[in-house]
Amino acid sequence: MQELIASILAGENFLSDVPPVLITVVFMSAAGLLFASLAAINALIAVYLERKVSAHMQDRLGPMEVGPHGTLQTLADAVKLLLKEDIVPQNADRFLHTLAPFLVFAAAIGALVALPYSSAFLFANFDIGVLFVISITSLTVIAIIIAGWASNNKWSLLGGMRSAAQIVSYEIPTALALLVIIMQVGSLNFQQIATAQTGWFWHWHVFQFFPFNLIAFLIFFVASLAEVNRTPFDLPEAESELVAGFMTEYSGFKWAVFMLSEYANMIVVTGVGAAVFLGAHQSPFGNFMNGGVWGVFWFVGKAYGLVLVQIWLRWTLPRLRVDQLMYTSWKVLTPFAFACIFAVGLWMIL
Amino acid sequence: MLFDFASALIFMLVAAAFVGVNLVISRLLQPRNPTPGKEATYECGELPVGSGWIQFNIRFYVIALIFIIFDVEIVFLFPWAVVFKSLGLFAFVEMAVFIGILLVGLAYVWRKGDLEWDKPQTGKYSREAAPAYFEEASSSSLSYEKLESGNEVAV
Amino acid sequence: MTTFDFTFYAFSILTLLSASVMVFSKNLIHCAVGLLFAFFGIAGIYVLLAADFLAAVQVLIYVGGILVLLLFGVMLSQRIAGVNIETGTLQFIPALLVCGVVFAILTHLALKTRWSLMPLAEMAPTSRTIGNLLMTEYLLPFEIISILLLAALVGAAFMARREAR
Repeated sequence: MQELIASILAGENFLSDVPPVLITVVFMSAAGLLFASLAAINALIAVYLERKVSAHMQDRLGPMEVGPHGTLQTLADAVKLLLKEDIVPQNADRFLHTLAPFLVFAAAIGALVALPYSSAFLFANFDIGVLFVISITSLTVIAIIIAGWASNNKWSLLGGMRSAAQIVSYEIPTALALLVIIMQVGSLNFQQIATAQTGWFWHWHVFQFFPFNLIAFLIFFVASLAEVNRTPFDLPEAESELVAGFMTEYSGFKWAVFMLSEYANMIVVTGVGAAVFLGAHQSPFGNFMNGGVWGVFWFVGKAYGLVLVQIWLRWTLPRLRVDQLMYTSWKVLTPFAFACIFAVGLWMIL
Repeated sequence: MLFDFASALIFMLVAAAFVGVNLVISRLLQPRNPTPGKEATYECGELPVGSGWIQFNIRFYVIALIFIIFDVEIVFLFPWAVVFKSLGLFAFVEMAVFIGILLVGLAYVWRKGDLEWDKPQTGKYSREAAPAYFEEASSSSLSYEKLESGNEVAV
Repeated sequence: MTTFDFTFYAFSILTLLSASVMVFSKNLIHCAVGLLFAFFGIAGIYVLLAADFLAAVQVLIYVGGILVLLLFGVMLSQRIAGVNIETGTLQFIPALLVCGVVFAILTHLALKTRWSLMPLAEMAPTSRTIGNLLMTEYLLPFEIISILLLAALVGAAFMARREAR
C-alpha cells in the first residue's frame, strides 16, 4: 500500500497543496474502514457457514427463510442486535464493561493487517510479521479478563479466567510450531515466507521435511483452535455450563462485537496457518492462476478452507474438560513442538 | 518500516471508531427500560448468592507464571530462528543448551505437579475438613429403600 | 512539528496519563488497565526508535504475560475496590524538598547528556541483527539468561506451592 500512496502523491495535481501526511492518513483511514467492514462481512459469512454446515451435518436445513437459502439471515441478526437494549448489570464497572469490546475488536483487526493477502497488494509488510501477529493476539487475553471481571458475575469471571489460562497455555505450542517453519525460511516476514513456497503444492511447507513440518502444522492447528476458544476447547463459552462464559452479561451490539471478533480471530489464525504452512497466496498449480488478484483468491480460499475444518471439528468432537485441556497443552503439544524444532534443526545441519 | 506500524495503528484506531460509532447508533435506536430484574446478576434464573468475586484456584496464577517463563524463552528463540540457516552447527548447539536448561525447568514443574489442574485444595469439601462429606454409604445418614427387584434407591 | 514529533508526543502523553491513572486510582483493576495503556504507549515509542522487534516483544511479554499475571494476582487478593493503597506519610515538607531536588538533578542530567542520535532515514529491521549478536558477541549473557529463567521458574513454582498449602 505504500507504493500506491506514493504514486497518488506523485501523480495527482489537484492534491499537491494538501500536506502528504493528511493524504496518507485519510487514505489509510479509508482502507481501515473498508477493512473493518470486511471483517464484519467476514463474520456474517462465517456465521452463515457455521449454521448451514452444522445444520447439514445434523441432517437438518438451517436458516432458509430470510433471503435465498437464508443468506441474509446474519444480516438480519446484525440489524436486530443493533436495536436491542444494552443492559449493563447493576454494580458492574460500566467503563470496563464498555472498554472490553473495543480492545477485542481492535486486537483482531490489528492482527488481520499483517497477513499476506497477495503478492502485489499488502496492507503492511512487517519485517517481524509473524511475531507481530502473535503479540497483537495476546491483547485478546486481557480484553477477555476485563470483560469477565467487569460483569460483576462470578460465572463470567470464572469463564474469563479459564479462557485466559487456556489461551495463554496454548500460545506456547503455537509459537513453537511457527518457529519450525521460520527456521527453514530464515525470516519473520510473511512475504518472504510466501516466496519460499513458490511452485506446485508440494513446495508448500507442510509437505517439506516430512514428517516434522506436518506434525508442526497439526500442532499449530490444534493450538490455534484453543486460541480462538473453539470446540473442543470451548469450555470458557460452554453453553451447557457457564451460559456464555465471559459474555454472559453482554447484550445487544457489544455481544455482536465479541462474536465479530471471535470470527475475525478465527480468520487470523487460519490466515497465519495458510500463510506459513500452506503457501500463502501461491497457487497450488505453479504458475497457472498465479498473480496479484488470484493471490487474494487463493489466500482467502485456503483460510476459509481451514475455517470449514474448524467448523467441522466443532460439530463432531465433544468438549475437553479443563484439566484435559491443560494436560494437552503442557504435556503433549509443547514437548512435541520442542522435539520438532530439534529434529528440523538437526536435519538442516546434517 | 514506520509506515507499516503506522498503518497498523490507524487500522486499530479505525476499528475502535467503528465499534464506537455502531454503539452510538445502537444507543440511539434501542429502547431503554431498565428494570431491577433485567439488571440483576445472571445466575441461570436463581437469585445471586454472594458478591461478585470468588476466591479461586491458585492454579491460574501458577499457569500464568510458567507461561511467562516460556514466553521469554520463545522471545529468545525468534531471533535465533531468523539467523539459524546462516549460522550452522554452532548456533544449534548454543540454542540446544538454552532450550535444554529450560526443558529441565518444564520437567521439574511437571514432576512436582504444578501443571495439574484439579488438585484438591484444603477447603470446605476436602477430606480433612469435612469428613462427614466422605462417609461411606453404609454409615451415611441417607436411608435406602430396598425395592422388590433389589435395586436401591436413596430416599 | 513533523508527523514523527506529533506521534512521539501522542504516545508520551498516553504513557504518562495511563501511568498517572495507575498510580492514583483507588480501584486495582483500573490500575491494571492504566498499566495496559502505559505498556502500549511504550511499545509505540519503541517503534519510533526503530526497535520493531523490541516493540512486539514488549506487547507480547508485558501485556500478554505480565499484565495477565498481575490481573490474576489481583483477583486472588481480598479486596479490590476502595482499597486504601496509600502508606502513611511522616515528614511531608522535608520529603517534598528532597523530591524536588532529585527531580531537578534528573531533569538537568536528561537535558545535558549527549544522547547518541540516529538519522531518521536509517531505520532498519532489527531481528537479524539481534539474532547474530545473541549468537556471537553476547553468547554468555544469553546462556546465563536461561539459568536465570530456570531459577525464576523453580522459585516461583515453589513459592506458589507453599501458598496453596
